[in-house]
Amino acid sequence: MEGGSVSSDEHPHGGRGSPFAPHTAAETTAMLDAVGVESEDHLFDIPETIEFDGSFDIEPRSERAIREEIATMLDRNHELVEFLGRGHYDHYVPSAVDHLADRSEFLTSYTQYQPEVAQGFLQALFEYQSMLVELTGLEVANCSMYDAATALGEAATLAVRVRATSGDRVLVPEHLHDGRRAVLDSYLAGTDAGVDSYPMDDGIVDRDALAETVDEDCVMIYAENPTVRGTIEERLGEIGELADDHDALFCLGSDPVALSLLEEPASVGADVVVGDAALGLGAADGMGLGLFATREAFLRQVPGRLVGTGEDSEGRRAYTLTLQTREQHIRRERATSNICTNQAWVALRAAMHVAWLGPDGLVDLAKESVTRASEVADRLDTIDGVTAPVHDRHHFREVVARTDREASALKDALETEGYAIHAIDDHLVQVCVTETNADCVDDLVAAVEAVA
Amino acid sequence: MKFDQARWTRETPEEGGEVYEPLLAEKSSRAVETDDAPLPDDLTRDGIELPDPAEPELARHYTRLSQMNYGVENGPFPLGSCTMKYNPAFTEDVAALPAAATHPDRSTDSVQGNLELRHRLADSLARIGGMDAVTLQPPAGAAGEFTGILIAKAYHEQRGNDRNEIIIPESAHGTNFASAALAGYGVVSLPSADDGRVDVDALEAAVSDDTAALMLTNPNTLGLFERDIEAIADIVHDSGGLLYYDGANLNALLGRARPGDMGFDVMHYNVHKTFATPHGGGGPGAGPVGVVEELAPYLPTPQVRETDADEPDDGEAASDDASYERFEPEHSIGKVHGFAGNWLVLVKTYAYIARLGNPGLRDTSAKAVLNANYLASQIDYDIPFEPFHHEFVASADRDAADVAKRMLDYGVHPPTTKWPEIVDEALMTEPTEAESRAALDHLARAFDRAAADDDEALETAPERTAARRIDQADAARNPRLSWHALDDE
Repeated sequence: MEGGSVSSDEHPHGGRGSPFAPHTAAETTAMLDAVGVESEDHLFDIPETIEFDGSFDIEPRSERAIREEIATMLDRNHELVEFLGRGHYDHYVPSAVDHLADRSEFLTSYTQYQPEVAQGFLQALFEYQSMLVELTGLEVANCSMYDAATALGEAATLAVRVRATSGDRVLVPEHLHDGRRAVLDSYLAGTDAGVDSYPMDDGIVDRDALAETVDEDCVMIYAENPTVRGTIEERLGEIGELADDHDALFCLGSDPVALSLLEEPASVGADVVVGDAALGLGAADGMGLGLFATREAFLRQVPGRLVGTGEDSEGRRAYTLTLQTREQHIRRERATSNICTNQAWVALRAAMHVAWLGPDGLVDLAKESVTRASEVADRLDTIDGVTAPVHDRHHFREVVARTDREASALKDALETEGYAIHAIDDHLVQVCVTETNADCVDDLVAAVEAVA
Repeated sequence: MKFDQARWTRETPEEGGEVYEPLLAEKSSRAVETDDAPLPDDLTRDGIELPDPAEPELARHYTRLSQMNYGVENGPFPLGSCTMKYNPAFTEDVAALPAAATHPDRSTDSVQGNLELRHRLADSLARIGGMDAVTLQPPAGAAGEFTGILIAKAYHEQRGNDRNEIIIPESAHGTNFASAALAGYGVVSLPSADDGRVDVDALEAAVSDDTAALMLTNPNTLGLFERDIEAIADIVHDSGGLLYYDGANLNALLGRARPGDMGFDVMHYNVHKTFATPHGGGGPGAGPVGVVEELAPYLPTPQVRETDADEPDDGEAASDDASYERFEPEHSIGKVHGFAGNWLVLVKTYAYIARLGNPGLRDTSAKAVLNANYLASQIDYDIPFEPFHHEFVASADRDAADVAKRMLDYGVHPPTTKWPEIVDEALMTEPTEAESRAALDHLARAFDRAAADDDEALETAPERTAARRIDQADAARNPRLSWHALDDE
């Protein structure tokens, strides 16, 4: 269409305008004839005043050139050993997950609007929901939200709906990831509800202070286990009771690794569980998978998609998207949520990852998350000028340490040595250990010794 | 061509019945206790029961499930408004580069590569949309709508304007209504004119001092270009409202017209529709949002910009060495994602746009519109509204859902059914540029064969798919949403 002949080096599309439109010139001509127009330009019904000349000043490149270009760009990222967590975790993803999830029937399919021809994905999502039901002890899990923060936002809007007559306060812990707090505020922007925080005591919920904060206006209390600082909560059941006493929902934030070992949400009175999967994808610059599970009582208020079983005309069990009358394409402005496209493929990956680990593998990973955190705290504590852990609590995956040196300066100095940690306050740093960086703890400790 | 989808069945020994590929938990399930945990007993659960397949079993299970699933690489997938096109393989490889796997809390200095890619992608999207600034944070199209409406809301509030309504054409995507409501707005539904386009008189009557924005896609869901878009923009702007562009149909316009030039103030891009990043059976997508300069201060935080580095003398050299920083826009709405959105999807988007460049982007719309018009010319169905661009809505003249089920037997994914409701028994069809003439002919035969089949064949279809017709009403009446629910029966 651009006309003229160019060498294959100059023209990366082999003569086609787009490398992904299969038409030969002869086919295009024949198709235009069939339609009855002279050229493609005549197919467009756009007023002249707003026609665009087509030039974005974006040069097409060959596949090989783009690989090089992106690799060169990404090579500007420094190679650092990351001891970073705070809601985004790098657990080792087995090769089987990459290869099986990359099968094109999964990767290139759409939402399962025709269930008879999408049984595979529907079953995989049903299995994902089932794993979340087992992990949380709650009866209903949806088949994904974007990430932990958006799942928390949806939990809060659910609480506002089901407790509308009660009030308009959502309570969150003082130690909360900035991104989760900011997204929660965004999701509540369209309601009358506001967010207040309650204090922590040595890294976990200050139950007595929470009891003073909570009142009859409260529609939801949110807590996390483990917390953003990696501490394990010790009085979750009491938080559940507080919420119950005030007719508020108890929303618990967690992840599948922690859920396999720590107190079962249903047993501590949780009404909603949200979080990020932390499995299925490694470090991906914050890309994640939002978990959402709740009690059957709130089934009609659940945001997002649900897969259920039904029977086909041969009497066999089959799977289908269900209860779609809650969803935006049917209920429009009265829908439980605006979510449509979610993170289905990441949910598939997470389910594969859990299945690959099996119950022993998953629980072992959780146990190691406790022992590794405790070990790294012990190691850091031996360093002059460093006290770890700051909180006299049990830990999961990560710990906070106090440093004599200013935390941000220590963090920067470590980065020049090739290590990334969080600086979370003037003299507080946070370190996260998983199976992907456990081998480098000795090196990290040596580096901290050198710069602390 | 004859189609039979793989179907795996197995007898269940207990009941003597038969199921399709059993659940993992039905194959091998194991309960473990957690009493030897390095924690006090009162902080741990008692135990957990999960599937426990060996890797070969796992591989077979998911391979079988994949065979019972239909994707773009299996055949035509003309879901109207969903834009299912071929997803190039190489974009998966670039997104899997180890250097792309970074933690979101990395320092600005240590992830210059990521920031450069983000900056370049935002710049390309801005040029494609005719916008001045773009955020990559929204993780899906609906999240982009929500972001755009929050931006409009912040803009009005900053000016002390108390506006509480969003106007949306009745034919719009359902997410428009839901996103507006989520942001706290009342929704005013706008009827279509007889020609399927926005009724300009009705719009005149609907706008007021309460109008925060009009949400519109162009071409609309009937594939029709809103030819009065400039008048529509004037009406909305004169009322003090903003014009929002739903990018779901941008594939039809690439290189032909730009939302910014039409008068739109804010728009979202569906990268999984326009820029061929795989939809993954329901995500992840990404829904970048573009705005005009006046709205840039309201974008989510962080944004990425080029720093005023020590520019070399000749202005041209610097891009290889440019450095980038994150910043918070002056009146930022805050955040719509816990971190910075669906990064790996954005890498694929960048690669796809780079592969196409100007000629490819422009040819995309040409071939998408040609394919829709060619397919329509080859089928024997009533198509009440034209001239359409990339998609058309045919009327089935019998139950569109039955026609769709029958089309499955002919080896194609059917169109979107029964929507938009403006057309009776609608089959909303979008073949995209990725289909060859031969594939379109095959698709046309599927349409016409389904039309010619008798009622019984339609009502009992499909017969060649992994499962036969599923009773969805029963599934909704009696929800069983996990394998635990099956155990309870």
